[in-house]
Amino acid sequence: MERAELPSPLQASRLAPVRSLLRAMIVPIMSVIVALAIGAVIISLSGANPLVAYSALFEGGLGSGRAIGRTLEKATPLIFGGLAVSLAFKCGLFNIGAQGQLLLGAIFAAFIGFSLQGLPAVVHIPLALLVGAIMGALWAAIAGTLKALTGAHEVITTIMLNFVAFNLTDWLSDGPWKDRSPGNIVARTPAVAPEARLPDIAGVPLGMILAVLAAIAVWWLIWRTTIGFELRTVGQNASAARYAGISVRRMTVLAMVASGFLAGLGGAVETLGVVGRFQPGFNVGLGFQAITIALLARTNPIAVIPASLLIGVMQAGASRMQFNSGVASEIIDVIQAIILFFVAADSIIRWILRLRAEEGERVTLSSGWGS
Amino acid sequence: MTVEPEIVLEARNITKRFPGVVANENVSLKLYRGEVLALLGENGAGKTTLMNILYGLYHQDSGEVLIRGEPVRISSPSESIKRGIGMVHQHFMLVPVFTVAENIILGAETSKGPFLDLKVARQRIRELSRQYHLDVDPDAYVKDLSVGQQQRVEIIKALYRNADILILDEPTAVLTPQETEELFAIIRSLTARGASVIFISHKLKEALAIADRIVVLRRGRVVGETTPREATERSLAEMMVGRSVMLEVEKGEAHPGAPVLTLENVTVLDDRGQQVVNGVSLEVHAGEILGIAGVQGNGQTELVEAITGLRPVHSGRVRINGRDVTNASPRRISEIGCVHVPEDRQEDGLVLTYSVADNLVLNIYYAPPFAHGVVRDDRAILNHANRLIERYDVRTPSPLTLVSALSGGNKQKVIIARELSREGRLLIAAQPTRGIDVGSIEFIHQQIIAERDRGAAVLLVSAELDEIMALSDRIAVMYHGRIVATMPAARATREELGLLMAGAQPSNVVQEPATDGHAPVSVQRRGV
Ligand SMILES: Nc1ncnc2c1ncn2[C@@H]1O[C@H](COP(=O)(O)OP(=O)(O)OP(=O)(O)O)[C@@H](O)[C@H]1O
Ligand SMILES: [Mg+2]
Repeated sequence: MERAELPSPLQASRLAPVRSLLRAMIVPIMSVIVALAIGAVIISLSGANPLVAYSALFEGGLGSGRAIGRTLEKATPLIFGGLAVSLAFKCGLFNIGAQGQLLLGAIFAAFIGFSLQGLPAVVHIPLALLVGAIMGALWAAIAGTLKALTGAHEVITTIMLNFVAFNLTDWLSDGPWKDRSPGNIVARTPAVAPEARLPDIAGVPLGMILAVLAAIAVWWLIWRTTIGFELRTVGQNASAARYAGISVRRMTVLAMVASGFLAGLGGAVETLGVVGRFQPGFNVGLGFQAITIALLARTNPIAVIPASLLIGVMQAGASRMQFNSGVASEIIDVIQAIILFFVAADSIIRWILRLRAEEGERVTLSSGWGS
Repeated sequence: MTVEPEIVLEARNITKRFPGVVANENVSLKLYRGEVLALLGENGAGKTTLMNILYGLYHQDSGEVLIRGEPVRISSPSESIKRGIGMVHQHFMLVPVFTVAENIILGAETSKGPFLDLKVARQRIRELSRQYHLDVDPDAYVKDLSVGQQQRVEIIKALYRNADILILDEPTAVLTPQETEELFAIIRSLTARGASVIFISHKLKEALAIADRIVVLRRGRVVGETTPREATERSLAEMMVGRSVMLEVEKGEAHPGAPVLTLENVTVLDDRGQQVVNGVSLEVHAGEILGIAGVQGNGQTELVEAITGLRPVHSGRVRINGRDVTNASPRRISEIGCVHVPEDRQEDGLVLTYSVADNLVLNIYYAPPFAHGVVRDDRAILNHANRLIERYDVRTPSPLTLVSALSGGNKQKVIIARELSREGRLLIAAQPTRGIDVGSIEFIHQQIIAERDRGAAVLLVSAELDEIMALSDRIAVMYHGRIVATMPAARATREELGLLMAGAQPSNVVQEPATDGHAPVSVQRRGV
């Protein structure tokens, strides 16, 4: 039986959104708890004290103003990435390519940031963000178009496009867009103009504010607009979507474009808000963490925020943990992987079923009718 | 003195609640050895729920189940299978890409070390197949079988597990009359060997033909028990619905106007690229109902899909209201005024994970009052839903209930409500009353006639000859992708239609001796 979607204004009774929200939260919360417990076992096996390690971890992520700042910094691109993956999921698409789209967004935002000088911030920032987002959207549009026209599966094409993006950005940052300032020998672009750097607004990084606004916008798009309805209908039942007059192809391209736009925006925010330039290696892993976050949030755009903050805390506190308890910070990756394993267990199985169904063979165990 | 026959399965005071509904209330039921028990009831009466409880898919809130006199707590189907209960669901549960043999042994594998031992299984399947005249090839792929054959696979699956209590939930809804006859023969040979069968159907004739006893449910309660000897279709219908039901449709004279749908030499290919509609030309006029009669699988499905834009028109022209809509998009065709009750409701007509309200605007969500620009108006959508639920008597706890929780017939009513309320110029209704109870059939038939009288052109495709004859003003018979005859309904007879549907030449028809009105030849068709 299909599991019910997350609460929509038009689903279940008035109380049901609350109830189904609680029910939807059980698996993610349990996953995190179990993952932390397994992590604790691994830490004690390595001879350290898990309590010391974890308290250092959370202190490093939440213990001070600076720690919280670091957490927000880490969480911001994750929110964009999580939204990107979630949105594509709603349309039945598995965008593994958030990583590549993010890289493109990051490097093009850097390009706009360093190549234009003397623009006022109110022009420079939006321009750089927009160009980054659009490049992410275009990158994703390739996979979307291939899927719509030839049926090429987006999982395969986006993985391949990730490799292309890695190499393309490596080359750009070590070639045409390389930082030629004296003394620099590494592959990186020049620093962006100060006017292109994202400021803090009332002490909160602008990037974080944009991320929260993006989450609200995606929620609104999905649940409150006809476009969202079309997107979800294609994701839930493509043949009913066709019957309803919705173009499955157009929605496939549109969903990928919107997803890539968000990922690209995430990359741009990372460049303009944190790194200040593009440097290969700085953004690696974000696109994949985005998948963990989307699944942890059960593809709910609002839930993407706390999920990203949780992962952000772990990343921000990892070095403090290593310093205080001697536990290698890689344990964080292990814990994240375990979280992913638990939240994805049922999603992955359903996903595999769907993948096969798209290859022409229907694996939904039914061919009758009714009931 | 006769010996009381053995009770093989008994439900005692079963109650089952779902959010907002009592699906079964104090239901008690006995099944004797060697009998066929027909279970009748309106859509949503609780038949499927009760069967799912007996089969262990659901658990009752209170009451008990006894198998051969012994109280049992069945918590899963695998347990009920062990106790000899088999169930063929309203919705089949086969894996299309597996062979028949693989499907049958799924979950009951015989093995040699780590390897499947299909040989023994094949052998047993052949034996069962021979014993009950089931005629199924163990090595065929399920996706290549017709619905009737798939159903037999489900039956063999139960027999393979030594079931001697068989639950059949609306097994005939998707069968041709010929296949139904074959199923009845299978049921009789099963009961002759001491098996017991529970048979659910909305076709009262069938219950009268096959059952030893008939039990009627209404709104979750048992409201009566009878036998085919004492009952008539009329009395059964009354018992089900609680009022008298008109089994014949009353309709006035048609006043046909200008043609609304015009097909010129339309050919259509199926999924495998074979031409299944071969040059169909026809006209449907405003204010008339044209019924397409035909054994399922003669191209009707593909023809409807081609008209509504869901399948390419290979050659020929489709015009609606004089406008050429050949290969136009489904949206455009819908906006020109074509409303469509699709044949496959789970696949095309509904999104099961959406609420009833969302499904009631599935294809009109973008237009006012349901949306302003791109922003949905939830209040308007909800009002619309409340109106239609009331008007079309959809049994749902609330407009916000997910459609997947509705009974089979009520799902169909959601589609009927959505499409008929759109007041299109052209109504295309494919199997509109499949799985619908007699009371609601009466209502839906009245609504279709009201559409006609309002001036809509109606193209009705139905596998039920009774429905075609009752509603149509003109009847076209489709055979092997062609319209082989078109006639005014007033002049059509069951016998003649039956012969034409079976491929008789129109000219010979009159001379042919009359048969029982069913198509005597079954035609191979692709799976649904
Ligand atoms: N899984 C479920 N969740 C919630 N409600 C359900 C569920 N299954 C059935 N119901 C409700 O229980 C009632 C009985 O449904 P059931 O499917 O047993 O009817 P039925 O007699 O088989 O009808 P039909 O002839 O239309 O198939 C209906 O009101 C239905 O909405
Ligand atoms: Mg049912």
